[in-house]
Amino acid sequence: MKCKSIVIELADYLDGALDSSLRASIEQHLEKCSDCRLVVDTTKKTIQIFCNSEPAPLPADIRQRLHDALEKRLGGAGT
Amino acid sequence: MHTPKLNPAHTHPLPSRIVKDDESTLVAAAQAGDVRAFETLVNRYERRIFRLTHNITQNREDAEDAMQEAFLKAFEHLGGFQGTSRFYTWLVRIAVNQALMKLRKRRPGIVSLDEEIETGEATVPRDVEDWGPSPEQRYQQSELADILAHVVGDLDPLFRVVFQLRDIEELSTEETAEVLGLSVPAVKSRLLRARLRLRESLNRYFRRGEPS
Ligand SMILES: [Zn+2]
Repeated sequence: MKCKSIVIELADYLDGALDSSLRASIEQHLEKCSDCRLVVDTTKKTIQIFCNSEPAPLPADIRQRLHDALEKRLGGAGT
Repeated sequence: MHTPKLNPAHTHPLPSRIVKDDESTLVAAAQAGDVRAFETLVNRYERRIFRLTHNITQNREDAEDAMQEAFLKAFEHLGGFQGTSRFYTWLVRIAVNQALMKLRKRRPGIVSLDEEIETGEATVPRDVEDWGPSPEQRYQQSELADILAHVVGDLDPLFRVVFQLRDIEELSTEETAEVLGLSVPAVKSRLLRARLRLRESLNRYFRRGEPS
């Protein structure tokens, strides 16, 4: 397996979406190739960092307007 | 070496970082006319939905409008929500559509998401450096949020939206394809591109020894 194939399969590999034989040959390559290991590792971290990032609180003015709009709409509902 | 699944392909039997167990109870109450239950859902998701619409539109005003419209629409159509998908996924879908409309209005001609784009072949990354165990901890939370928003903003919208849905909002590949009107292979190739591009952008911040 070549470095290029690792890159092509990278997304499915990280998502655990590969069958076991393809997965095994990728892992064999990773044992020998430190560049690919770093690519896999840093791509995995990239996803994790985004996935774990907490959204910032809403800016106060935006939140106020959202809840005003909802109140206006919801206030008239169900009555 | 065993790599844990980052994103289970099936999202329906929950395990989720985003969706709490009481979601379906709240949704049922809201459907029965309990306005407070709906407000609880809004409070719970407003930050995520705003980040989503902001990442897509890259414009504060558009992001605000899209978020507001998404919540109002969700309320209006709550009766039609079937519960075959998660409420959060359904809400994300509405918000994405609102945000894409804004984006298209502001940048006509730029985005037809379903257009066949030349993705070319993914190339082997050149700048490979070690980031150490928890590179993100070298930054304060607000600094990190700025970095992430910045690098996502630099992505082409075609890649940005796919990455956002798949890796940030926990939609499955199939759900992402459905929301965006793309084929599954198109989602996959864009996701790969987006991840590689982001990895490259973050390398500047996270490589060892040179926090900058
Ligand atoms: Zn290699």
